[in-house]
Amino acid sequence: MNGLARKVLGYVGASVALLAGWWLVALAVNSPALPGPGIAFVTFFQQWPVIWPHILISAARVLAAMAIGTALAVPLGLMLGRSPRADAIAAPIIFLTYPIPKVVFLPVLLVLFGLGNLPKVALIALIVFFQILVTARDAAKAVPEASILSVRSLGANRFDIYRHVIVPSSLPDIFTALRIGTGTAIAVLFLAETIAGTDGIGYYIGDSWGRIDYPAMFAGIIGMALLGVVLYEALDALEVSLTRWRRTAK
Amino acid sequence: MATLEFDSIGMTYEGSDRSVRALDVLVLSVAEGEPVAVIGPSGCGKSTLLLIAAGLLTPTEGAVRVGGSAVDGPRRETALILQDFGLLPWKTVEANAALGLTVRGVARPEARKRAADALERVGLAEFARAYPGELSGGMRQRLALARAVALDADLLLMDEPLSALDALKREDLQDVLLQLWQRRGHAQVLVTHSIEEAVFLGRRVVVMSPRPGRVSAIVDNPGMGSAGYRASEEYFRIAVQLRAALAEEGAVGVSSEGAS
Repeated sequence: MNGLARKVLGYVGASVALLAGWWLVALAVNSPALPGPGIAFVTFFQQWPVIWPHILISAARVLAAMAIGTALAVPLGLMLGRSPRADAIAAPIIFLTYPIPKVVFLPVLLVLFGLGNLPKVALIALIVFFQILVTARDAAKAVPEASILSVRSLGANRFDIYRHVIVPSSLPDIFTALRIGTGTAIAVLFLAETIAGTDGIGYYIGDSWGRIDYPAMFAGIIGMALLGVVLYEALDALEVSLTRWRRTAK
Repeated sequence: MATLEFDSIGMTYEGSDRSVRALDVLVLSVAEGEPVAVIGPSGCGKSTLLLIAAGLLTPTEGAVRVGGSAVDGPRRETALILQDFGLLPWKTVEANAALGLTVRGVARPEARKRAADALERVGLAEFARAYPGELSGGMRQRLALARAVALDADLLLMDEPLSALDALKREDLQDVLLQLWQRRGHAQVLVTHSIEEAVFLGRRVVVMSPRPGRVSAIVDNPGMGSAGYRASEEYFRIAVQLRAALAEEGAVGVSSEGAS
């Protein structure tokens, strides 16, 4: 059985198990607040023309925020990991700010950037930035000295060492941080979209909730799950193609 | 072609609370195309010696010269093979073999061609697309050699390159090393723990003292490289002589089977 078939089968199995569990719990609870999967899916397909633009907007926000956060955090994190002097200055700042849940800055960002895309993207970018920054810094610190020495003996300059050793060596850890970051990003996006604005899948869920339209709310949750799956799979595909050596090691 | 001279070098590592004297007034010269083996007790500064020769460490006293000019950084035609081979797991065999050329700015088609030739020479041509993680220990060692060969180095420095291999693979690769040297005629410094390896691959065998490392004896080994040398009487005689020299340094017991 090839990888794709196995993956599809995995998703089918997981979906069946989840839907069965959902159905049983809905039966047991027997409340309009928890509709069964049947009605939720019917609503999902009926509402698809309404839901899918919301999903698209949310996807664009998450992707833009992750790209910005990663692009800023990776070079800075790797540099801090390799430069004890820069790290001595930056580490206390990072350790003081890292544990603060960045969601608390949402009100500030809303005041500064209004109700549009900017505060949402900024908030998620901030969260992703910190997660990647800390990981990249630790990964760069853990690069084996022998690898660096061997490349230096070949006449490598500082840039070569980043390109041939530090970046590839840190990539697997950075992808792990990105994967964790995706989950946080979607959770925070939901919060930001329900609090402010009139679009995005988070808004759709919150709005349905406000209208006590539970089937629509669960249709929105299905949409959000889909968004998560697509992001994870895209990240996975990117990781496989960029860290090919890990799949082949004995 | 290059000569290598250590002119009374000393090396002291400054630790946070104490300093360690690794090398002390070490004098040694390696002639053009000469294979030299360096052997000595653990911690005698053998690896430090190689890192200095490669231009990765600066001695605290004295000077190192390669081809008559002072070493002040990694040199183009010097190749260094470390104990763990220094391979990059994220690069294919081909890219690992070509790495030295890539870093030195050799154009890609040229680098590929030279890497392919080098892989051919060490018998890894069919694994060009594999990753080091897919290779056996002996094959990884060959790959590290291929990288040095691709550089077309005139000075090859090796820090216990075969210590991770089992006895049979070891002899096999000792043969590969010997053939490479015979074909290419580069100067070579091999740091090793193994008496038989030193005698098989060093035309001169340098015995170092315990820390701080100095040259305590040099054993001439003119028959090195002749056909069937491993089974010859001379090989055994020199191995015994070398063991005695090491025993004087306290590296091996007089009656021991030897360090290998």
